[in-house]
Amino acid sequence: MNIHEYQAKAILRNFGVPVPDGHVVYNSNSARDWARRLGEGPWAVKAQIHAGGRGKGGGVKIAKSADDVRQFAKDMFGMTLVTHQTGPEGKIVKRVLVESASNIADEFYVSFLVDRVTDRVTLMASAEGGMDIEEVAAKTPEKIFFEAVDPVVGLTAFQARKVAFKLGLALPQVKQAVPLFLNLYKAFVETDCSLLEINPMILTAEGDLLCIDAKLNLDDNALFRHLRIRDLRDYDEEDPMEIEASQYDLSYIALDGNIGCMVNGAGLAMATMDIIKHTGGEPANFLDVGGGATIERVTEAFKIILSDDKVKGILVNIFGGIMKCDVIATGIIEAAKQVGVNIPLVVRLEGTNVEKGRKLLAESGLNIVSAEGMADAAEKIVKAVNG
Amino acid sequence: MSILIDKNTKVITQGITGATGLFHAQGARDYGTQMVGGVTPGKGGTSVDGFPIFNTVEDAVKETGATASVIYVPPIGSADAIMEAVDAGIELVICITEGVPVLDMVKVRKYMEGRNSRLIGPNCPGVITPGQCKIGIMPGYIHKPGPVGVVSRSGTLTYEAVWQLTSRDIGQSTCVGIGGDPVNGTSHLDVMKMFEADPDTKSVIMIGEIGGDAEEEAAAYVRDHMTKPVAAFIAGATAPAGKRMGHAGAIISGGKGDAASKKAFLAECGISVAESPAEMADALLKIWTP
Repeated sequence: MNIHEYQAKAILRNFGVPVPDGHVVYNSNSARDWARRLGEGPWAVKAQIHAGGRGKGGGVKIAKSADDVRQFAKDMFGMTLVTHQTGPEGKIVKRVLVESASNIADEFYVSFLVDRVTDRVTLMASAEGGMDIEEVAAKTPEKIFFEAVDPVVGLTAFQARKVAFKLGLALPQVKQAVPLFLNLYKAFVETDCSLLEINPMILTAEGDLLCIDAKLNLDDNALFRHLRIRDLRDYDEEDPMEIEASQYDLSYIALDGNIGCMVNGAGLAMATMDIIKHTGGEPANFLDVGGGATIERVTEAFKIILSDDKVKGILVNIFGGIMKCDVIATGIIEAAKQVGVNIPLVVRLEGTNVEKGRKLLAESGLNIVSAEGMADAAEKIVKAVNG
Repeated sequence: MSILIDKNTKVITQGITGATGLFHAQGARDYGTQMVGGVTPGKGGTSVDGFPIFNTVEDAVKETGATASVIYVPPIGSADAIMEAVDAGIELVICITEGVPVLDMVKVRKYMEGRNSRLIGPNCPGVITPGQCKIGIMPGYIHKPGPVGVVSRSGTLTYEAVWQLTSRDIGQSTCVGIGGDPVNGTSHLDVMKMFEADPDTKSVIMIGEIGGDAEEEAAAYVRDHMTKPVAAFIAGATAPAGKRMGHAGAIISGGKGDAASKKAFLAECGISVAESPAEMADALLKIWTP
């Protein structure tokens, strides 16, 4: 789960991490009021959407007067912000963060993540702050420093010190960096993050370290023990169909093509998208109906796929596994009747009682094309849609 | 022979009184697996459908001589269940549960250091040696004893590969589902080494997915040490990039992780890469004759 920058900063502040004073606002007048309350300017006015690269798209401004804060906020509310992470459709700005701006003397990159190679939480830092860190990694990997954390003892002071010195900090700042890194690690572990990224952490002209941007990704699997964090979920930032699907334990991701897919299992679902593309078609979605393809779930899956106007045909690919094919076929027929599927529907079933299942589909009176094997299924649906 | 499990493997089920645990314990017993009991704290001394139940894994091991355990405990207790099995000296721990918090798995991996247990999973279909022993949720009947080892991160896509083999009358030595989570017990590489050492495995199908570099790691081993033919498929060529984890995840694996670069590297290592998931068995048959 992603959360907004202002929410991430509030969490970090509670863990003793230095972040700018600021407040989230929902209209431009209160942006001005909060600017005055925060004290003297300048102020940073930052559009709150779940995507990076906001500065280039006009989503981050520095204001010298409270009236400028109001004007910048006014410009941002309702604007569609397009960045390299939002996709071409962009995201509409509904929340704005107003905070005290700082005099930046130097910028650094700091993050924690779970490294799947070492199976450890890893501290990663670079003096190339504010830059696109992927670019730094590709061109000058020696400028990124790593420390893997022992899960029993946690991040140690010496590790934090090592990284601080490698970043080229002077002793007074090293002394600030050590508790800062330790507190970031504490926040990471105690909120079950999968990624915590500070880009940039700055050195102010006054000589203080400050985290002026913050990105927290929370581990969805661990939200059950963080109910207050779970409540921070912003549904406006998510695809409404993906939200709808998640309520039925369906895993759905919309894509740009015109062939709707319904598959059981994430790996097979990805592979089904791949084979559609390989055969010359374009998948409209990823949809994993999970282990039990019950009538209710298949019905909901059909509804979600059909609510996408681009869909001109549907491919159902179910590897029966424990469930018998005749039961699955009955579910598909019932669901197709209930929902009223009026576009080509190709069904590929495999597993126990597959013959019975195919017979049921053939005799259903519905316009269902039965397929044998994934290649046959992909060819049939691509032909039906592309003609 | 085979790897990991055979007809002599004695298995207990942790979480046996849950609907899923019991259902699959029965399915495994029907397949011929020696399912010798189960663990549900507080229900020790009772039994369910002929399976004796114990309060702790330690008790179950003492009474039954089990060397393998399969875990269906919900995510909130999965890590604890794995560590309990490890502590009781279980050699092979298979965690089926989906949705285990990743930081729990980081702790589990640390806990297992220096101990003799092997963990498969979590979030995996399990392991099967066809005709001998089935531990997990895979449908037994699609398998057939034979010479091909199968290793995969995914469940149903593994069934697809197995079915393509069985339909061509080619059997499998052992099929291992290592699970789709970022931090898990056993990697593609670990299983590849076991297949290389197993005289009854003559060739291997490896199924991977986008993300991480576990497939590349196994491929380098295939290039440098493996004497047996290997075919592979990588799922996710069409998966949208924005849906993956942000910046930092891509960096630490050195920019690796997308399907095209994975496939290219596998091919460089002498692996026969299937372009379509319908061609997994055919990709193997291109370079190997049963």
